[in-house]
Amino acid sequence: MIATGGVGKAFKVTSNSWEYTADGQALAFDVGAELIDMEFVQFHPTGMVWPPGVMGLLVTEGVRGEGGILRNSKGERFMWKYLPEARRNEYADDEDEAARWVEAAVAAKQTPDRRPPELSTRDNVARAIYTEVREGRGTPHGGAFLDISYLPADRVKKKLPSMYHQFMELADVDITKQPMEVGPTMHYMMGGIRVDPDSGAATVPGLFAAGEAAAGLHGANRLGGNSLSDLVVFGKRAGERGRVRARDPGAHDRAVRDRGLRARNARAVRSLGRRGSVRGPSRATRLHGPLRRHLPREGGPRARAHGPRRARGAREAGTGRGHAHVQPRLAPRARPAQPDHRVAGDHAQRAAAPGEPRRALATRSPGHGSAFGAVNMRAVKSGAEMKVEPTPLPQMPEELKRLFEPAKEKEREKEKVG
Amino acid sequence: MSTELDTPVGAAATNPTPAADRAATGREAVFRVYRGDAKGGQEVEYRVPVETGMVVLDAIHWIQGHVAPDLAVRWNCKAAKCGSCSAEVNGKPTLMCKSRLDHFAEGEPITVRPMKTFPIIKDLVTDVSWNFEVNKRIPPFQPREKAEWKWMQTDIDRVQEFRKCIECFLCQDVCHVLRQHELKHQFAGPRFFVRIAGLEMHPIDGADRTGFLKDHAGIGLCNITKCCTDVCPEGITITDNAIIPLKERVVDRFYDPVQWVWRKVTGK
Repeated sequence: MIATGGVGKAFKVTSNSWEYTADGQALAFDVGAELIDMEFVQFHPTGMVWPPGVMGLLVTEGVRGEGGILRNSKGERFMWKYLPEARRNEYADDEDEAARWVEAAVAAKQTPDRRPPELSTRDNVARAIYTEVREGRGTPHGGAFLDISYLPADRVKKKLPSMYHQFMELADVDITKQPMEVGPTMHYMMGGIRVDPDSGAATVPGLFAAGEAAAGLHGANRLGGNSLSDLVVFGKRAGERGRVRARDPGAHDRAVRDRGLRARNARAVRSLGRRGSVRGPSRATRLHGPLRRHLPREGGPRARAHGPRRARGAREAGTGRGHAHVQPRLAPRARPAQPDHRVAGDHAQRAAAPGEPRRALATRSPGHGSAFGAVNMRAVKSGAEMKVEPTPLPQMPEELKRLFEPAKEKEREKEKVG
Repeated sequence: MSTELDTPVGAAATNPTPAADRAATGREAVFRVYRGDAKGGQEVEYRVPVETGMVVLDAIHWIQGHVAPDLAVRWNCKAAKCGSCSAEVNGKPTLMCKSRLDHFAEGEPITVRPMKTFPIIKDLVTDVSWNFEVNKRIPPFQPREKAEWKWMQTDIDRVQEFRKCIECFLCQDVCHVLRQHELKHQFAGPRFFVRIAGLEMHPIDGADRTGFLKDHAGIGLCNITKCCTDVCPEGITITDNAIIPLKERVVDRFYDPVQWVWRKVTGK
């Protein structure tokens, strides 16, 4: 049963706990399970960018919901520029309308006004901040200014107490007086171990996965709040089916023995007690730097392939043996694996290979939209190599399709009218 | 391969957030970290390069990554929200993720020890499971019959404070009833008075926990030194807002002669 969460630690800037090391995905891949859609990495637009110890720490969407305004180093409220044309009419025309919307929203009142541009989708805001920084309009520490200080201090402290304390204590910034500095931070991994939705079973008999380690539920872009319901529903299903399987000792033994899991476990535990590893930077620490320096660019919000050399560098960084993450060693109940990011890193890299159309969440090669939408990108072990290939998207069962029909009909009518 | 790996591959030139590269201060901090388990142990000294804005937990991670991969530490969010990285830094119970290095005197060694009140497992990791056992014994939320599920904002604000608890157990660690007198079998500790206060002051709740407070939670043992309030990372006013009102309820019920007579007369 794999419930090891996502891959945040592979990225230099992440809102995740650094325990998210892709160990589970790597283990599953090693025993032949399919991974899907590993290029779908969600970036939250607003993480702290300074000081380094808290880089990536989440700055809640609530700040923008309460009226937080994004500006670049020239003082421009840049989000107006980045609104997609198709949805432009869902956003306020000017600062006054945006401000009226905030006041109404805070008072839980209906309003004809439209929302501020800062409340565009996560991928769009993340891309916008990234672009501003890259084009030289970033803040001193490489982000954008997020300003809520124009509101009365009492209101900020009451509505955003946790943000007030977070910035005050960790960054010496009083958000009732100064703007915050924020930038995109790796937030969620939509990709992972392919599972059957009813049982949580991976494509290898006896292996189950749930939560962020599993994939297929959130498409290319998870909606806020959905991972919690994912855990509750699919965690329960996987747990129940896993338990049934575990009680069938014949099946259990066969599956494990066949794939040498016990031997792997023994090897991993042995290496934890090895004396030689207690001096000098651990292999993992040495490997992390290069890997993390690559991924934010290659798999980042504006990911692009930068030629074979960079891709190779990252791949090699990710293929090293050793423990990618040094964790509490409550030996001997330690991590039963050669945990590493190489699977996640490799897949993200392969998706970014030069000359191939890209399908990442944040940047897609133009003109591939519908074709990309019809497939899952599958990664599976083939000898010592990783094979990445498209596989057809599972079809929605009829009974679920029927639920969506009325909604779709409405949408179509709306489009006709609009 | 290792030379190539150790070289940043053109990252500094184009990375949009080169903040970490500019963070080094050139200073070093000396840490004395407790290493050991139930059989015993001692403080071990480590020298750690200081970065701007660094917290104690960053230093512990640096030690883990560079010098002592077998150093055990429990942690998760690094944002003072999960309550996992509780320890005693220079003798003060605190969250390591919230302890900024620049708040300590430069050049002075910083000691980091596990919470003393709980049994040590390894290094900085203690076994806090006793707390979960106490928690199970507290009579749970029980809505009054025909309660109106509509409350005043002031009632919400009152119990909301108690819901801020992140269960770091620093208040339990610092409380002398548990720490020095080791009365875990008689005393629930500040964290659970906070939980009980949240239930008792809940406008919908109808359960009575005063007997439990007196006989099982041992609230009389608290002599309001307010150490718990001092160390609470969430700023909950534990003593004044939770413990003292609960003590008053217990006194009213069991020790106030006027109330006793009144109850006798009215039969309430």
